[in-house]
Amino acid sequence: MLLTYVRRELRGRLRQTLIVAVGLAVAIALVLVVNAASAGVRNAQDDVLESVYGVGTDIEVTQAAARGAGGRPGQFSFGADDGTTSDDGSTSVATDQLSITRGTTAMSDDVASTISAADGVSDVTATLMLTDQTFSGELPDAGAAPASPPTGGGGGARFGGGNFDVDSFSVEGITPGATALGPLAGADVADGRGFTTEDAGADVALISQSYADSATLSVGSTITLTGTPVTVVGVLGSDDSATTLSDVYLPIDVAQALSGLTDQISTVYVQATSADTVDTAAAAITAALPEATVTTQSDLASGVTGSLSSASSLVQNLGRWLSIAVLVAAFGLAVLFTISGVTRRTRDFGTLKALGWSNGRIVRQVGVESLVTGLIGGVAGLVVGVGGILALNAAGISLSGTTGAGAATAAGAGAAGAGAAGGPGAGAFGGNLPGGAGQAASSTVETVLHAPIDVAFIATGVGIAVVGGLLAGVIGGWRAARLRPAAALRSLD
Amino acid sequence: MYTLTDVSKTYTNGKKEVQALSRVSLTIPTGQMVAIQGPTGGGKSTLLQMLGALDRPTSGSVLLGSEDLAAVSNRRLTELRAQEISIVFQGFNLIPTLTAQQNVETALVPLGVKARDRAERAASALDSVGLADRGGHLPAELSGGQQQRVAIARALVRQPKVLLADEPTGNLDEATRDEIVALLMTLWRDRGLTLIMVTHDSWVARRAQRRLRIARGTVTDSDVSTPA
Repeated sequence: MLLTYVRRELRGRLRQTLIVAVGLAVAIALVLVVNAASAGVRNAQDDVLESVYGVGTDIEVTQAAARGAGGRPGQFSFGADDGTTSDDGSTSVATDQLSITRGTTAMSDDVASTISAADGVSDVTATLMLTDQTFSGELPDAGAAPASPPTGGGGGARFGGGNFDVDSFSVEGITPGATALGPLAGADVADGRGFTTEDAGADVALISQSYADSATLSVGSTITLTGTPVTVVGVLGSDDSATTLSDVYLPIDVAQALSGLTDQISTVYVQATSADTVDTAAAAITAALPEATVTTQSDLASGVTGSLSSASSLVQNLGRWLSIAVLVAAFGLAVLFTISGVTRRTRDFGTLKALGWSNGRIVRQVGVESLVTGLIGGVAGLVVGVGGILALNAAGISLSGTTGAGAATAAGAGAAGAGAAGGPGAGAFGGNLPGGAGQAASSTVETVLHAPIDVAFIATGVGIAVVGGLLAGVIGGWRAARLRPAAALRSLD
Repeated sequence: MYTLTDVSKTYTNGKKEVQALSRVSLTIPTGQMVAIQGPTGGGKSTLLQMLGALDRPTSGSVLLGSEDLAAVSNRRLTELRAQEISIVFQGFNLIPTLTAQQNVETALVPLGVKARDRAERAASALDSVGLADRGGHLPAELSGGQQQRVAIARALVRQPKVLLADEPTGNLDEATRDEIVALLMTLWRDRGLTLIMVTHDSWVARRAQRRLRIARGTVTDSDVSTPA
């Protein structure tokens, strides 16, 4: 009888049933879409962070750079006897220097051991961020006027009759065989092979796909770093998950030796024992290394800028509050309509009480009616919500995330037209460097928003429907239970 | 048998108190057919509420058999309404979204009767009031007389000892009124019910064995006679 009465009542009051169900459906659909979009944005942020910091990194530790410290901003120095001077007085010079990336500071590799011993730390791996800068060109005779306007090659710069090329790319020393943590965790090797522990001390390199393309390199090619030939053994893939920060990766001991930074590192990637211990581990590291900069994943996520950041703000703020507002409105609507329905059915409930129906039976009746209405709204909301999520994914919304922006540009006075200070005797050049050096502290990753359809979201939708239905049912039922059976006769006296 | 002793009922309306019943003492033997008449606001429906276990008096006792309806628990009052007492309302009070058959079945729900038995007994009750072929109709699809017949079937399907009728013919035309009164009297005679009717209609009241008049909360016995 209960279900028959429920079915009859809901069909008999179809308009009210539909209004409540549609209200709940809209709210549930909105919550589902916002939740899924939020998860999609989080996943996109994770993709960005993983591509920059590697999979599994919970904490990144660096040494705060002292003002003016940390690498020379594209500066080349030549002694009076450097280079080869030709008959016309011009001097050909070439130099290649590998130094710590600007914006970072080298620190002793003992730091990694200290971090490894900190509470809540599961694994660590250290890297050394370097920038290789090459300069080659011809310096004019300091006493001679330029004969003709100088010409410069691609990527080169020119000044005062000189003609030279500058080039730079980022180099990162990593621990060979450390595939679970660090910048290459989760990265694919598209061609060749990755590093193994046997590569320690070997003059071998992995290069990014983009650097391989721009420098026309492949497996087996040789890169010369401060005069040392290094063989490319692998090219990293270019898909989203393997977008890499650096152009060239070397075994860390090789990177330290080539840069003259023996036993020095610049970054330590840390994995906590669990997600719950990240803050504990960060606090322990900070206590052990008070001068270090300790950055957690959430800090890293907050440092992501670009459309991804905007999407995150939109979903987190507008989406969340809109969902809550619609949810409250839908619940309010359900409760008000249920109370209104109970009031209009005063005579019915009074009659049923006069027939011997207990309060419990009447509360149950109203409660089940509301619950079924809620579930109808829930199912409709799930259908609309899942449709909305699929539409969102079909739209293929592209998001870009930039990490570490602001530290990207190498500082220095513009070189063009500066002239050769001191001519061939001694010179120093500074300039904005193209390519890798500028990218060393920032990275932009494009990713497509994919809002996942999660069982937890479905359960959330059903839960909201049940809660909405029960809330309306409990309040409506409580009101119905308070009716006196004499209400059935009230109209007569 | 009902035994009312010094039954008073006072309603509070804001600061104003309304005395609906005033020290009513009354005995209604089992199987008697009683008509209650009186002016609007005189206390007819209040008295019916006391007799129907729908409300409790402010003071006094209402004995149904040996149980004082003024003193038993709410749970027991609900049981008494489900088992012993049935009511027919002036406005029929059928649930508009349920069919005639389902409306009759609602009276059996609190008794825990199984669905199949419920359906059989409801169909039989509808048959006894001449509506065997109207079980699947909604109240809105039935005439006033048919609706009141459904309400009577609902009242009688659980075979109560007492049938209270609150203006059972108040919303009906004369011909239908005659049919319903005839039906009630037949059922009263056949089933040995105690039948208590509130009515404005003197023609209907004259059919009762006993007529009570209630005005300003006070009951006076008019007469006791053999029903016409």
